[in-house]
Amino acid sequence: MGGQVAEKRITVRATRFDPAKDSAPRLQSYDIPFSDESMVVLDALNYIKAHVDGSLSYRWSCRMGICGSCGMTVNGTPKLTCSAFLRDYWPGSVTVTPLNNFPIVRDLVVDMEDFMHKLKSIKPWIIRKQEMPLGAGEHRQTMDQIDDFRQLSQCINCMLCYAACPVYGLDDKFLGPAAIALSRRYNLDSRDEGTKERLPVLASSDGIWECSFVGECSVVCPKGVDPAKAIQQTKLDTTMRFVLPFGNRD
Amino acid sequence: MDFESYDVLVVGGGLAGIRAAIAVVETNPRLKVGMVSKVYPMRSHTVSAEGGAAAVLRPEDSYETHAFDTIKGSDYLADQDVVEAFVREAPIEVIQMEHWGCPWSRDPDGKISVRPFGGMTTWRTCFAADKTGFHMLHTVFQTSLKYRQIHRHDEAFVTKLLVEDGRCVGVVAIDMRSGRFDAITAKAVILATGGLGRVYAFTTNGNICTGDGMALAYRAGVGLKDMEMVQFHPTGLPFTGILITEAVRGEGGYLLNKDGERFLKRYVPNKMELGPRDIISRAMVTEFEEGRGFEGPHGRYMHLDVRHLGEAAIDRKLPFMRELGREFVGIDIVHDPIPVRPVQHYMMGGVDADISGVTPMPGLYAAGECANVGLNGGNRLGSNSLSECLVFGAATGRMAAEYVNVAQAVGANPIDAMLKDETKRIEMDYLDKKSGDESIGAIREEMQLDMDAGAGVFRTREGLEKLTKQLGNLRDRFGRIKIQDSSRTFNTELMAALELDYMLEVAEVITYSALAREESRGAHARRDFPERDDEKFLKHTIALHANEIAPRLEYRDVRITNFKPQARAY
Repeated sequence: MGGQVAEKRITVRATRFDPAKDSAPRLQSYDIPFSDESMVVLDALNYIKAHVDGSLSYRWSCRMGICGSCGMTVNGTPKLTCSAFLRDYWPGSVTVTPLNNFPIVRDLVVDMEDFMHKLKSIKPWIIRKQEMPLGAGEHRQTMDQIDDFRQLSQCINCMLCYAACPVYGLDDKFLGPAAIALSRRYNLDSRDEGTKERLPVLASSDGIWECSFVGECSVVCPKGVDPAKAIQQTKLDTTMRFVLPFGNRD
Repeated sequence: MDFESYDVLVVGGGLAGIRAAIAVVETNPRLKVGMVSKVYPMRSHTVSAEGGAAAVLRPEDSYETHAFDTIKGSDYLADQDVVEAFVREAPIEVIQMEHWGCPWSRDPDGKISVRPFGGMTTWRTCFAADKTGFHMLHTVFQTSLKYRQIHRHDEAFVTKLLVEDGRCVGVVAIDMRSGRFDAITAKAVILATGGLGRVYAFTTNGNICTGDGMALAYRAGVGLKDMEMVQFHPTGLPFTGILITEAVRGEGGYLLNKDGERFLKRYVPNKMELGPRDIISRAMVTEFEEGRGFEGPHGRYMHLDVRHLGEAAIDRKLPFMRELGREFVGIDIVHDPIPVRPVQHYMMGGVDADISGVTPMPGLYAAGECANVGLNGGNRLGSNSLSECLVFGAATGRMAAEYVNVAQAVGANPIDAMLKDETKRIEMDYLDKKSGDESIGAIREEMQLDMDAGAGVFRTREGLEKLTKQLGNLRDRFGRIKIQDSSRTFNTELMAALELDYMLEVAEVITYSALAREESRGAHARRDFPERDDEKFLKHTIALHANEIAPRLEYRDVRITNFKPQARAY
């Protein structure tokens, strides 16, 4: 825990862009008090909005790294701004820009509708041939079976992986790291029988084969989901499904 | 003019709202459901719930015990018929979540695990490690994507309920992206907008928890029930207010004062760390006042110590807590105690609604934290709220689906006029306003600090009266705010102003309701009236909007079925 620090200041530059007025995004510089060692980049933005410039726009909510709203680019790296500490940048300055690879709506707010469609396209729900009636109770599932997909279920949809992905940067048709990781999360769930239904989207020309395994997605993931590994394993599973005589499991 | 029109419109995309939307289409697949949320649904504050969801799943447990624990926890302000229905539905809903894919933590036999929780006499809290709310929200949101009948309006902010001849027929919402004002009509509207923690400075609640649905209903003439009942969670991280789950104590963590003493032995000797939240928060504040807290750069705190549990158990059951400690405090909870202090966490009060989410206004329903269906009374037990969102979200969705079968269609003419009036109001008062010298940020910060000081863990008449004056003054100043942002595209300053307007409204209701309840019950602790007074106050407070600043207060008897009020000791 940090304490009060007198008179310390930090320069924060933030992207400003209003499509009604601006032809291109520009950076605006703010010099603000760095009054507490516990301050994060999001606190700096909130200070600016409350005390300096109420028109700065960005998304945030939980400020505890779980709602996934506050992803931005901080000094060139995709980060959750609620978990990026000013002390790690000071006495240098902090430059906050919107997440790369997404259209900018306004200032630091990006358009993530594309992901919302992709999320739906991979059918992120339990698919069963026969639904079990509620009266029959729960499906039995061991902790080992949960371990098969636990890591993949940690995705908070923060979009940092898409911002870091060079393939998505070149071609936004690519299904992308989080959507593929989430489809694998369901495929690996012992309660699910929907692997075959999810296959067409995964194996399409915009699916897993687009990934060139740069691995940046896993580097920037704040939740340790490791989408790069998920994509490679899905490639392997999909290959096995075609080459092995009994590989065509549901 | 054409409007988006639905059978049922859900306002809010958290656990209660999504559960309600699914319940509508499962009840009647021909119904068209709209869901308007000011954030993408998976950003809703349900994500921050950690510890678990209570449900009777074990043969050694019973509905009666869960009901009694909840009623005793509520300090007898819960409506007992509501509690009794709730405990029977909760297990069904937990199983439903399991079928939808929630990664509940499991016992070796593959069944859903349970853990102990505060105020519960037996193990009945189901959990998904210590990210239960996150997993439940993502599960139910992702499941909702398979229903074609559910149409979402993401990032749209509701400014007004449309009321025609006393019946709620929709909302006016600003589409954040385009800045467009939309009338969205429906035969039934379900409010599921969550809590209001942001009226306080020190809160676990996210930025979006601004009491929107409560203020909307209140202004439309619907009462707010028991708004003096604000929950303070014992264990928030100093500075940020980030929640450290009660499951830390459920799994065996100790709460220690600066003398290294498990001080709860003086307050809840039979329950210790598993006492209810209101009593433990008061115990901590009392210890602070008597000089037995640690002094830190961000105020006084206690130690929450899990070191004796060992790394393996911590990683299995409390991995997120370890992550939060590392990220936000720079400690490893395997080796270091966690600094914690009481923090605003939850609103027991809310929109006056019954067991099926029905409010006094035809066509208007409410579920989840924004509603008060009579479940939580004066103090909610930890892990009852996730179950509450499921049980009452589903019940409300089913009820609304029945109602729309008999409800008349919504006419277009008055809606058109109402939309114009509402657009004009917001343009005049905010967007196109030329004068003004007050800033939203300054008023909001003062309100939050005033609420912390005047309507916190302990209250007095003097403090509450002072607070009413402070809030009245802030309301006057709010009339003189100036919005710097004139853009129509994603204008978050406009949204912040409208949220502040809502927060000032509900803060006043909290304060006046607290001033009038001259007793101590549950989370409402009056230093000047330290005893519970069943004679006068075994009643719900109903606050109704009046022409003056102060609400008109009415009282309604609590419904008692099988559990006679008795002294509440643990």
